[in-house]
Amino acid sequence: MSARIDITLTVNGERVSRSVEARRHLIDFLRIDLGLTGSHAGCEHGVCGACTVRVDGEIVRGCLVLAASLDGAEVTTIEGLTDTGEVADLQEAFVARNAAQCGFCSPGMVIAAADILRHHPEASRAEIREHLSGNYCRCTGYQAIVDAVESTLATRREGAR
Amino acid sequence: MKWPAIGYLRASSLDDIWRARAEHGDAAQLLAGGQTLLATLAFRLSEPKVLVDITRVAALRGVRVEGGVLRIGSLTRHAELGRDPLVAQHAPLLARAVPLIAHPAIRNRGTIGGSLAYADPAAELPACVVALGARIVALSPQGERRIAAEDFFTGLLSTALTAEEVIAAVEVPLATPASRSVILEVARRSGDYAMAGLAACIGMEGARATSARLVFFGVGSGPVLAARAGAALAGRTLDAAAIAAAQAALNEDLDPPGDMHGPPEMKRHLARVLLQRAIATTHPATEAAA
Amino acid sequence: MNEIPTPASIGLSREDLPNSYIGRSVPRPNVPKLVQGRATYTDDVVLPRMVHAAFLRSPHAHARFVSIDTSAAMQVPGVVRVFTGADIAKVCDPWVAVLAHLKGMKSAPQHPLPLDRATWQGEPVVAVVADSRAAAEDGVAALRVEWDPLPAQVDMETALAPGAVVIHPELGDNLVFQRTAVQGDVDAAFASAPKVVEATFVTGRHTGVTLEPRSIIADYNRADGTLTVHHSTQAPHMMQNVFAKQLRMEESQVRVICKDVGGSFGIKVHVYPDEVAVAAMSRVLGRPVKFVADRFESFASDIHARDHRIKGRIAVDAEGKILALDIDDLTGIGPYSVYPRTSAIEGNQVVNLCGGPYDFANYRCTTTVVLQNKVPTCQYRAVGHPIATAVTEGLVDLAAQAIGMDPIELRRRNLVRDDAYPFTSPAGMKFEGLSHHASLAKLLEMVPVDRIRADQAEARARGVYRGLGIAAFIELTNPSPFMYGIGGARISAQDGATVRMDPDGSVVVASGVTEQGQGTEAILAQIVAHGVGVPVSRVRVITGDTQATPYGGGTWACRGAGIGGEAALQSAIALKEQLLTVAGTMLQANPASLDIVLGEVVDKATGAQRISLAEIGRIVYFRGDTLPKELPREFVQTRHFITKDYPFAFTNGIQACWVEVDPATGMVKVLEHWCVEDCGRVINPLLVDEQVRGGIVQGLGGALYEHCIYDGEGNLLTTTMADYLVPMAAEMPEIHVGHVETPTKESLLGAKGAGEAGTAGAPGALMNAINDALRPLNAVVTEQPFTPARILRALGAI
Repeated sequence: MSARIDITLTVNGERVSRSVEARRHLIDFLRIDLGLTGSHAGCEHGVCGACTVRVDGEIVRGCLVLAASLDGAEVTTIEGLTDTGEVADLQEAFVARNAAQCGFCSPGMVIAAADILRHHPEASRAEIREHLSGNYCRCTGYQAIVDAVESTLATRREGAR
Repeated sequence: MKWPAIGYLRASSLDDIWRARAEHGDAAQLLAGGQTLLATLAFRLSEPKVLVDITRVAALRGVRVEGGVLRIGSLTRHAELGRDPLVAQHAPLLARAVPLIAHPAIRNRGTIGGSLAYADPAAELPACVVALGARIVALSPQGERRIAAEDFFTGLLSTALTAEEVIAAVEVPLATPASRSVILEVARRSGDYAMAGLAACIGMEGARATSARLVFFGVGSGPVLAARAGAALAGRTLDAAAIAAAQAALNEDLDPPGDMHGPPEMKRHLARVLLQRAIATTHPATEAAA
Repeated sequence: MNEIPTPASIGLSREDLPNSYIGRSVPRPNVPKLVQGRATYTDDVVLPRMVHAAFLRSPHAHARFVSIDTSAAMQVPGVVRVFTGADIAKVCDPWVAVLAHLKGMKSAPQHPLPLDRATWQGEPVVAVVADSRAAAEDGVAALRVEWDPLPAQVDMETALAPGAVVIHPELGDNLVFQRTAVQGDVDAAFASAPKVVEATFVTGRHTGVTLEPRSIIADYNRADGTLTVHHSTQAPHMMQNVFAKQLRMEESQVRVICKDVGGSFGIKVHVYPDEVAVAAMSRVLGRPVKFVADRFESFASDIHARDHRIKGRIAVDAEGKILALDIDDLTGIGPYSVYPRTSAIEGNQVVNLCGGPYDFANYRCTTTVVLQNKVPTCQYRAVGHPIATAVTEGLVDLAAQAIGMDPIELRRRNLVRDDAYPFTSPAGMKFEGLSHHASLAKLLEMVPVDRIRADQAEARARGVYRGLGIAAFIELTNPSPFMYGIGGARISAQDGATVRMDPDGSVVVASGVTEQGQGTEAILAQIVAHGVGVPVSRVRVITGDTQATPYGGGTWACRGAGIGGEAALQSAIALKEQLLTVAGTMLQANPASLDIVLGEVVDKATGAQRISLAEIGRIVYFRGDTLPKELPREFVQTRHFITKDYPFAFTNGIQACWVEVDPATGMVKVLEHWCVEDCGRVINPLLVDEQVRGGIVQGLGGALYEHCIYDGEGNLLTTTMADYLVPMAAEMPEIHVGHVETPTKESLLGAKGAGEAGTAGAPGALMNAINDALRPLNAVVTEQPFTPARILRALGAI
């Protein structure tokens, strides 16, 4: 047993090796050790969704994942997701519809919404709301966010035809 | 709060788990999906010395039909449970329970084994496995033993697992065309722990119930098998009278505590409502009787 | 006075207006960075030699501490220093939060860390500074404090009763403030009224839950004697004064920098003892100290609000004319009034706002503000408005029911006429111009009342209970010094803006109002682009730095657009005049014959382009020698704005809520919600609409879910986000927003505030909707939040 664990993982497509404290959760690892401050700690007990990131392709709560457990994992944050352009249209829709106010929830919200784009291309408004129901936004009325996701889905479906 | 100082061990095999336990004894805490355990660390409510990460132990994975039962590996994540075709076919109750568990990001990490081991009285899966009459496969260096789900949950956040054991899998009897199952809950918001919930498995013969396992959650110290209410339905046509009899029997089955959402009477009331709605769902003909 | 081209004046719809950004849905330039994770919140700032603070907080609602043993904590790896109240008091003075114009108000001195006694569970008592937050928390865990628990005064109803625990004995009792407003002869009106209805309302103590917790880095530099504070705050200049005053420094030695703020809603406009302690610790240590509240700390130390019990009576005649309102408000505010705004304002607002939309003769309202051993309360979004609106509109609905009149009709008969302004309300509020009837008419265009009533009847026949609720409201915005300044608080009601043109023809505006996500920077850019005549993309905005912006009040009471926006407009116009003066000289044209359109100086009559601003910039900045010597060329202009004619610019609006109540479970589903509001000139509908929606959702949250629940000993039970429930996407309805525009004549811009309208009206509309749904079942609920348990109890089901 060790209080520090050596891990090598892929973060936003780049190989990263670090020795981390066992007590370090993924969000502090990203923010403090890697300087990826786009992911936010809102509650640090798994409820608010501000820390939503992708691990091995699926969305997770970054505050409920030990960095030490991620040896060999593939982590994608808002920075990486932005760089690849995967959600450029979604981000544009957020801008166009003012689907962000203070923006503290926005990175987590975008990553959760990207999950809808990937897995639920036919999602209805109610399903969008349900899928985002673990991501807390205090500023908007959620409506602009739902609008942004819905319009992105529609545009992508259009493009696929 | 930040997590307290802890140690971390990565187990790659069952032997790694046994070794870690031999070395650290009670100080070792198994870590699966971590969706509850790690949240409790953030409250500094639990301060385990060593987390033993079991998520890479292949022997605890997989869903298959074997020996006439559906065997669900304990590391099966909620999201996997929700999309597994074998689960959908043979244990549809579990598939139906998944959307009620927290939120997508949590479901991507949380495991069935973790949920059962933690035994939260308001959690869906413990109630489901009791309703399904499943057996919990407990593994230790001495071998396997099978524990009936209704005997597995022994009180608030406690189970029949010994300190040496780990949950290897859950074995669920295969659903038959005659079996109906339903899960319903009343929660303040989508994904919240239920103020009251019901997982029910009812055997039907025509309009008559042959058996009824009604398991309530969020209303006691663990999943509560409402035996008297179930008996009140067994062998009867599920009409308004049968439902009323079962609702009346619930009074003795349940002894709910109050919580921040309301007093015990509210939970009793909601349990009666859920019972009626569950029957209506499994047996639409009685809807009018409501 | 108002020379801003209006769409009507030049015959264009707003969207087609080429040179104006006022009234257009311009996307916020801040959003791309937010959605790409490139914002800079306070916790994202990392400074050299920075250390981290964590606090031991009182586990008791009221307790003396006998001893504090720090020796074990000092042995924890990473721990740098431990500070007690006595340590902090050496460099930091206590404060007392009273305002002189709130007659008779009293409160006790409050230290950053108490000297001998904790008065609420969660009060910071000892600070540990370490090289990481985790190590600081380890240090806190190693502190040994010997407590002597004292009886706690928890229930506000008994705070003034004999035998109450007097929280600050030197004050004599627990009464902080009491005020009664009286108009007319209330007792006579009730005595002779054909119909009197009464009810008791409760609003649940709740809190702001900004997603970004309170965050601060204080950096005292011994080399130059300056304190630089990176702070998630609404009011940098106010905090500059507070830090200077409490730490015995000159105001000019303190700089407050506020980059991106992750939500505020009033939570981040107050002086928090832990944050002042952080500044004091940095002063002592001479290095940066960071403190970011974790969520447990947020629930136990961010201000709470709206802990009120209100008894109300309404008198009406058979025609539905409101004859009198009689309101008795009681509120518990915790053990201290919060500095510097004080905790008496919320109750005072209830007195000011009850009955606000209506024209009636007899009014009496008393607020009684008392101490208790709970988290201090203070101003949170829409201060007092949701309480006053719910009480007023709840009583109006009950009155309508009692005389068998349609509640919409009763409102129509009593709302202040649109042609009655200026108008002084029975509570003494002066209204420059409101639009209750136009707003009601607009609402009725949007809400399909007939279809809803038919659906309601059809659903009831199936045993499904739906209800429609209405709530009219007024909202206080654009405050003058009458709000705080006259009471002695150094809280600026004026605000300034500096607009400059750089050599490339781009424009920079620096403003004293701040960006909290509501879109301040976007509307400032729009206003300045409009005022100068440049593309909005050519305007950059600086806010949130006391060293770089004109002095101002920041963000509170919906003043950003109305006050800060007007200052920016005036500065922009001044810059434009200066630019045209220079251009006129260059072009040998009369400046009055020129205009600036999208960064080009044009001939006003023909629209022909004459010279670009970039070219003017090039000449002025690099070839000033070619211009006449005496030509003024001040391409930096500053203007300040303060309202003068009215203490506040009131706005108004009306909301409707359509709900379904499940009488078996007590669950409420909000099906749809509408709001018409009149914030004067709308600068950016896209922003206003989602502001209103967000406000409505916060209002619905308080009415349905949010509740700081205490046990009988003053222990806070809702300390996690799993226990304190906030509104989430799945449960929130589609919200329709409409506008009526009655610009204020106090400014050229004509804008009033819009940020609190949603929150002001939503709880009242929801309550009336629930009660409309429950009416056939003879149940009424008046206690927020409207939980399943309360609804089931009202129905007699439990």
